[in-house]
Amino acid sequence: MKREPPRTIADYAPLAFPAIMLIVFFVVPFSTMIAVSFFRRQQGGFYTPDFVIDNYARFLSAFFGGVLGFSLMLAITVAVICVAIAFPFTYLLTKASRRVQIVWLVCLLSVLSLSEVIIGFAWSTLFSRTAGITNLLVPLGLMSESQALLPGIGAVLTGMVYQALPYTILVLYPALVRLDPTLLEAARTLGASPLRGFFGIIVPALRNTIVATLIMVFVFALGSYLLPQILGRPQHWTLSVHITDQAIYQSNMPFAAAMAVFLVLISLALVGLTLLVGGRKEVA
Amino acid sequence: MSGLVFNDVSKHFGNFAAVDRVNLSVPHGTFVCMLGPSGCGKTTLLRMVAGLEESTTGTILLDGKDITPVPTHKRNLGMVFQSLALFPHLTVGENVAYPLRIRSMAKEEQKKRVEELLTLIHLPGYAERPVSKLSGGQRQRVAIARALALSPRLFLLDEPLSALDAKLREAMQVELRQLQQKLGITTIVVTHDQREAMTMADLVVVMGDGRIRQAASPIDIYRKPADAFVADFIGSTNLLTVEADSAGRAIVLGQPVPGLSLPNGMAKGLISIRPEDVHLAKNANGGIRGKVTFIRDLGGTIETFVDASGTTIVAVTTPRERGDITAGAEVNVVLPADSCVVLKQ
Ligand SMILES: Nc1ncnc2c1ncn2[C@@H]1O[C@H](COP(=O)(O)OP(=O)(O)OP(=O)(O)O)[C@@H](O)[C@H]1O
Ligand SMILES: [Mg+2]
Repeated sequence: MKREPPRTIADYAPLAFPAIMLIVFFVVPFSTMIAVSFFRRQQGGFYTPDFVIDNYARFLSAFFGGVLGFSLMLAITVAVICVAIAFPFTYLLTKASRRVQIVWLVCLLSVLSLSEVIIGFAWSTLFSRTAGITNLLVPLGLMSESQALLPGIGAVLTGMVYQALPYTILVLYPALVRLDPTLLEAARTLGASPLRGFFGIIVPALRNTIVATLIMVFVFALGSYLLPQILGRPQHWTLSVHITDQAIYQSNMPFAAAMAVFLVLISLALVGLTLLVGGRKEVA
Repeated sequence: MSGLVFNDVSKHFGNFAAVDRVNLSVPHGTFVCMLGPSGCGKTTLLRMVAGLEESTTGTILLDGKDITPVPTHKRNLGMVFQSLALFPHLTVGENVAYPLRIRSMAKEEQKKRVEELLTLIHLPGYAERPVSKLSGGQRQRVAIARALALSPRLFLLDEPLSALDAKLREAMQVELRQLQQKLGITTIVVTHDQREAMTMADLVVVMGDGRIRQAASPIDIYRKPADAFVADFIGSTNLLTVEADSAGRAIVLGQPVPGLSLPNGMAKGLISIRPEDVHLAKNANGGIRGKVTFIRDLGGTIETFVDASGTTIVAVTTPRERGDITAGAEVNVVLPADSCVVLKQ
């Protein structure tokens, strides 16, 4: 269908609703946050309009630098683990019969309905000494006595991967379903074992999808702030936790805003870098 | 025996036999076209040769060796898929070099072989192009080159030309045939275009409902179809019932056909006669009386539809032979006995 390019202002009317929503719910709050990040903090939880960069300066300390680094590494690790598990899984899922696919997708969707709180407490029970999974390993002779698997980085990763995995699978699924199944068969007739064909052809052929999914899970994991608190020690707290801490418990709005702005900028920079690297390879 | 042999090969999906006890032997270097209506099991049979589908029963022998237990990637065959399955993220050269890379051939040698193959398919110097920038016919050729890169013992193609327009398809048919003759490689092409089969094949295999109905040279398939299914599927034909009368003459539409007799013990059957073998005459003696209902003048040939007591007989003539037959005319339809093939009903 060929459509006329819009000519009068009225032709842009359909855009008004999304534009207003975007302005009200994204541009305004975000601008407010940027503004607040330059305000001066008052004792007692208030702040006055000003233009100081103290908030950013304070952020550039070793402590918060470390927290930022940890948050980014955690999000990257979660993204990589999720895609590494979800990609082969989803690929095999698309090869299964329709019924199997539907059952799996329904299960995954039901995991999506769980909130971060429920996931966090469920895993904290599962990893606990008194009621955790280790109690099952003792009778099996795999462990001498039950022990607590949390708090710890392993527990944090498990919880976050568990939370992000359904999203990862649902994002990968359409691309993998549409993938020409004869690609792998062609590779096999040309002498590649199924495994070699999978890593040599299927994975590279879907590189763009994989990169996009990595970015999505990365951004998703970056925002996680309940799971690190429930399942981790204070040193496993992400920047999101500290932002919440500053904003709510320390009543330091300007500093919290500065951290949030910084986090957004760093994430954008990382995403941009990934796209740039990915895009360049595409041409070569 | 050198070549490809099918021994009682079947493939069942649940209770449904997609391929049903196929027996066939293909001498080395033969160009085989598998022909048949949609869903008759051609692709399934081809995929079993490639090892992409496991046979339910039977064995497939290549040069005397049972290849049924050999996994696809060790069968040393080249296959062109209907979708072509070119690797979208690789260039033309990288696609063609993929099987060479798998065998860890030296880079220099790879390059030489790729250029050699691209010359073979008339695309020299295309190595650096991305496959997405090629035309349909060029992609076709690249898929062929990639499949031939390792000089396989078997070359399998599943409806390789169906996506091309008619003109390009005919050109590619000739090219494919010439390429196969040059390389002397045993080739199986699946198609449902019978012209394509006639153009290329040494051996045409007509399949129906998972079984082989007839396997013979193109001209034999055309001239001596084994049954009504084959006669009807290959080209157009007139299928008319025939009966033996008490004097032993063969009666078609109430008229005896001089010189034609039914095999012993057959009282009733069918004859297949090609439209170009049917003679139409005005006011001739003998033959079947009929009335011309429609004439389709295609320029090079003329199709005349004759209604003889409710049965339509089609005759094809050249404009020169047409005479003064017009729609509505009464004609005598003459069926030369030597052009009639008697088939079981
Ligand atoms: N994986 C499968 N599961 C169940 N049935 C199948 C499967 N693959 C093929 N079939 C059935 O087997 C029969 C033969 O299929 P096949 O693809 O071999 O037909 P074909 O002769 O290649 O037809 P076409 O000319 O349409 O490509 C069809 O009836 C098809 O529905
Ligand atoms: Mg098919």
